[in-house]
Amino acid sequence: MQVLISGIMIGSVYAVLALGFSLIWGAARIINLAYTSFYMLAAYFFYVGISLLGLNIFIAVPLSIVIATLIGVSTYKFCLERIRAHDVVVILISIALAFFFEECILSIFGHQFHRVPPFISGYRELFGVRVLNQYFVAFGFSVTLILGLWIFLSRSRIGIAIRATSQDKEIVNLMGISEKRVSIIAMIIGTGFVTISSVVVAPIYVVEPSMWMHPIIMILAIVVLGGLGSLKGSFIAAYILAFSEVAVVNWLPMGAFIKSAVALLVMIIVLAIRPEGLFGVVFEEERL
Amino acid sequence: MSKKNFISLVSICLLVLGASWGTVEARKTDVKTIKIGVAGPMKFTAGENHWRGAIMARDEINKAGGVLVGGVKTPIELVKVETNEILSVSDAILSIERAAEKVHFFMGTKRSESALAMQDVAMKHKKIFIGCGAAHPELCVRVAKNYDKFKYYFRVVINSAYMGKILFLHLGDVAKIVREQLGIEKPKVAVLADKLKWADPVVKAVETNAPKMGMELVGVWRPSATASDVTAELAAIKDSGAHIIFQAVSGPMGVALGKQWGELEIPAALIGGNAHAIVKTFWEATGGHGHYVTTQTGIGPVKLTEKTMPFWEGFVKRFNAFPGYESVTYDAVYILKEAIERAGTLDSNDVVLELEKTDYSGAFGRMVFYPRDHKFAHDLKFGPGYNTWILVQWRDGGKLVGIWPYGWEGITYEGSEKYVLPPWMVKYWKKKK
Repeated sequence: MQVLISGIMIGSVYAVLALGFSLIWGAARIINLAYTSFYMLAAYFFYVGISLLGLNIFIAVPLSIVIATLIGVSTYKFCLERIRAHDVVVILISIALAFFFEECILSIFGHQFHRVPPFISGYRELFGVRVLNQYFVAFGFSVTLILGLWIFLSRSRIGIAIRATSQDKEIVNLMGISEKRVSIIAMIIGTGFVTISSVVVAPIYVVEPSMWMHPIIMILAIVVLGGLGSLKGSFIAAYILAFSEVAVVNWLPMGAFIKSAVALLVMIIVLAIRPEGLFGVVFEEERL
Repeated sequence: MSKKNFISLVSICLLVLGASWGTVEARKTDVKTIKIGVAGPMKFTAGENHWRGAIMARDEINKAGGVLVGGVKTPIELVKVETNEILSVSDAILSIERAAEKVHFFMGTKRSESALAMQDVAMKHKKIFIGCGAAHPELCVRVAKNYDKFKYYFRVVINSAYMGKILFLHLGDVAKIVREQLGIEKPKVAVLADKLKWADPVVKAVETNAPKMGMELVGVWRPSATASDVTAELAAIKDSGAHIIFQAVSGPMGVALGKQWGELEIPAALIGGNAHAIVKTFWEATGGHGHYVTTQTGIGPVKLTEKTMPFWEGFVKRFNAFPGYESVTYDAVYILKEAIERAGTLDSNDVVLELEKTDYSGAFGRMVFYPRDHKFAHDLKFGPGYNTWILVQWRDGGKLVGIWPYGWEGITYEGSEKYVLPPWMVKYWKKKK
């Protein structure tokens, strides 16, 4: 029961993070390693708003999300968009950006640990397992975001355009859809996902400059395992890796420090059997 | 030779000898400042502590005129050496290599893995290095095994074997309180230690000794030192029925642990060592959930010596932070000053001989080094009458209280109080009975 409950809670957070990343990959075709920097930035903005400026939580939360998302989208617009055809350069620039943001935060706040208050403090027992109320909040947000994304992608015109862009950019362009505009929208949604996740999970963790590193590793593992560009794959892979982590902690406590490594091992095993990932999307072949 | 000529010759000889002696002394003290490299991870609390302790000592000593070397008062100049040792061993090696030509002495270090590498570099340059943080015994075992090569290394914190011993003594005390207060004959212990080299001997010792002490070991959890979420580990520990969580934590994970343990009200006493729990911001970072967490340190708001409280209060006033055990650089600078003054020179070999004779009553307690024939040569001497270190516990309202030694070998430092079990734990186990 312990593995099941913790796995579902952690998996939901991973799922939201990975879906945002997948969405950006699908529409804009970039592997943005600075993605979780905006997760870190949102947490710091939340901390500044609530602890230093004394803002109300209902003001601090949306403000942090909006500012961090704007920075994320601006980063894409001014740094990554023009080079997005060059995968390796995008990876290098985005990792440099991630370290740049970390250094900025380090310079301003130092390596002190900070805390932001939970939306609902305390915990609840679920089948004998103690779960922080904030984890329920995070779970609720995750489910809402995932369902919202699913409805948006399947019902709205822009959502359908994003899906179409993910499948075949050239055809989308031929049909008169602005692929650039679609990419920006996907970027806003994807970055919004990571910043929303940040403000709901930051109260569970500790706010510190390197908090972006572990999530990006897990996200990469999830999207590769699920199949690059597959939202369904990312969703399922998020839970597989979360359950792997929790299982290691419970059944192999001495190896708790390798929980992420075991999750990555699961990814390697699946890729050895299915190189395209669980639900790999085959992109359009280059047209001659 | 006439009497007059003899006196003239003797006078000339004395003048020549005097001039030569003066030249030698001038050469000996031909330094404008004594440069001490303070090596540590400066972006982290440990490095900040190293630096802050050292500058407090530097300011006091320089205000009093400096260090007397060969009859000349010489001021101390501190050189900040950013080792980045928490994240990179290679950075640490390079930082010492680069600084070795610029400084006369080194002090500092935090992480044993990096300190071992830095020690090699400092020894190559025959630079005295006073360890003020890294606690693995190997650092001084090396001195005992190869004295000629490693004799320049000294340490002013107790090694992790002694840290483990203290933690065990306290574990025994807490087990006794659990038996008496909760009526549990055989308390269950879970170990939660970060996966770093220094914690290995501590974990091994708990595994061996807990059963001998009438306790049942229910498991050992070793998350990453940088983990930001240990709720899964804590849930598993609660599931194991543990009454005591024995922590051996030096990484940032310690903050998440204190916060999530208190927030989930895990019904097990969180004792042992947590390096981040001595930081003043621990209370804020845990949102006040770190209450009842205990940790081990070299200094606290208790009277170890006459110098402790003035230093503690001065540090808090100047930096708005508690001095961590790495701030022992404060005592290290004074110990070095006294050794240099006794030696009358900055020559490493001469200063080593004087450092070996150290018996200094510092802010962090009595400082005496084990002799060269001891298995921990040049390590800080531990025990009653020497340096004992202490344990502190966070209490409601963000108050830090000394809780160990509390009667051990007849020692209770002024300002110490008895350890208190978390009330939610008492309530949980009494209800369960």
